Amino acid sequence: MINLKTNKKIPDGTRFAQANREAFLSLLLALMYMAWWYFTAYGLGAGPVEDYSYIMGFPSWFFLSCIAGFFIFALLSFAMVRMFFVEIPLTDENRVSQDNGESSCG
Amino acid sequence: MKTGFHKIMENPVVADYQLMIPLFLYLGLVYLMAFYSNRILSRSGNFIEEYFIGSRGMGGFVLAMTLVATYTSASSFVGGPGVAYKMGLGWILLAMVQLPTAWITLGVLGKKFAIVARRVDAVTVNDILRERYRSKPVVILGSMSLIVFFIAAMVAQFIGGARLFEGVTGLSYNTGLIVFAVTVIIYTTIGGFRAVALTDAVQGCVMIAGTTALLIGIVNLGGGVEQIVSDMKAIDPALVSPFGPDNFISRPFIMSFWVLVCFGVIGLPHTAVRCFGYRDSRSMHSAIVIGTIVVGFLMLGMHLCGAFGRVIIPQLAVGDKIMPQLIVTVLPPVFAGVFLAGPLAAIMSTIDSQLILASAAIVKDLYLNYIKPDTAEDLQSRKGLQRLSFWVTAIVGVIVFGASFNPPDLIVWINLFAFGGLQAGFLWPLVLGLYWEKANAAGALASMVTGIASYFYLVIFVKRFWGMHVIVPTLVIALAVFVTVSLLTFREEDRMPEVFRRG
Repeated sequence: MINLKTNKKIPDGTRFAQANREAFLSLLLALMYMAWWYFTAYGLGAGPVEDYSYIMGFPSWFFLSCIAGFFIFALLSFAMVRMFFVEIPLTDENRVSQDNGESSCG
Repeated sequence: MKTGFHKIMENPVVADYQLMIPLFLYLGLVYLMAFYSNRILSRSGNFIEEYFIGSRGMGGFVLAMTLVATYTSASSFVGGPGVAYKMGLGWILLAMVQLPTAWITLGVLGKKFAIVARRVDAVTVNDILRERYRSKPVVILGSMSLIVFFIAAMVAQFIGGARLFEGVTGLSYNTGLIVFAVTVIIYTTIGGFRAVALTDAVQGCVMIAGTTALLIGIVNLGGGVEQIVSDMKAIDPALVSPFGPDNFISRPFIMSFWVLVCFGVIGLPHTAVRCFGYRDSRSMHSAIVIGTIVVGFLMLGMHLCGAFGRVIIPQLAVGDKIMPQLIVTVLPPVFAGVFLAGPLAAIMSTIDSQLILASAAIVKDLYLNYIKPDTAEDLQSRKGLQRLSFWVTAIVGVIVFGASFNPPDLIVWINLFAFGGLQAGFLWPLVLGLYWEKANAAGALASMVTGIASYFYLVIFVKRFWGMHVIVPTLVIALAVFVTVSLLTFREEDRMPEVFRRG
């Protein structure tokens, strides 16, 4: 079996280990987002409204948690996929792939 | 502009043909895609696999869009912004909890799910459960609860769609319901999963366009973000705090939404089924990124429209009316038509997925598995199977349509009822089935029964549990029951089958 992007060989029987790693990373990224979301929102927004500071017209808590958080974690999801996810074939080698046959030649 | 709004309030019938043109063009496009899918279907060698999962051919863009479009429903486009109107920025904070849904559903179910589904030729989530637990009661209970909850959810979606149609076009609720329901039922019935995914992709784009235009319109009309925020503060300072008026959005409450609309989404069958419908690893990777961007943009944009709308139209009693009123107030008629299509798209794209899955549950999970198991192999009966699938899809659609004529008020809560019930039934059997070797049929069955029963009980009699949404105790109970029963009844032959273990 080969990595469909780099054409390097993937050791037999390791696809699920890779899939588990990716599942774990996805969960971890969600927990990181949760922490960012929580601490920016309540760290800056829990006080009285009169004391709020503002960024681009939005209260700072809102700007950081909802707007900046969105951009930062969209970027991080891109980084996660690029750096840690592997293009493993999804069909088994002894089965002819139904779509374009790319995994049947591995 | 404000006077324009008052004129509409006095004279709500603005059945304007300018508004209808883009709407009908859009519906026409949807029908075209259904016919295109139907042609592919008629040439396909494997009817069941093509009709119910589109032959697993989705690329990254379509996968991302169909995932997001299925997931963003009436509650995100009508109910949610309606609540944001009342609650202010705090409700947007709550909505942004959904940002991780694309990476978490695709990532956690992951490639293992996709590989196993290919090995066992699964076209439904219940197929996976059947292979994993080899238990008739698990599959039957799964299929039955899926059908019941989807019907409830679809009714709520239809109501949202028809109300929106009524609010913007001025035509009656029933007219809206008919136009709208007939379209969804026809394209889903004749085109199957491929039509659902393709129309979802278009609907996703329409939603993005609609959200962008509406948001720009509102910010301009309100005199810029700074002005709007200070106007909101003048109405009620709590509107710009994370807590909302009367501390409605308390911390336990909002934290429980991390379970309900973020982590729990992994267990929604109509989301999960997409996680084995893609073509290859690369499609999944790009769908994670595109899906995250789109879901974040839509959630942020739509709820901002609702919250900012408070300043544009300050005196509305029914939260659900805010989106239609904003659309007609902010946008010129011909654009309003285009943008009405946005939320209608959100609603249709949720109904279509649920409709095709309810049909799959009846045809594939119940009929083919247990009533006439030999039909699948028999080429002679392909025509019969095809006719059966079409009829089942259409009939379920018509039942839901009939139930939508007598609508209750805030749809967001009804929708959440079905939403939580599905999670209670499917989350643990799916996730533990994939990742825990000792998960067995007795555990799964006990967990589904107690999960769904306790969810009903808690929603009706307890309502909030220590300030949290009751999905939290429900899933804790379901998990505890699953693990306990599995450990107590485990026998060696229950161990995770080979197809789930061999990488």
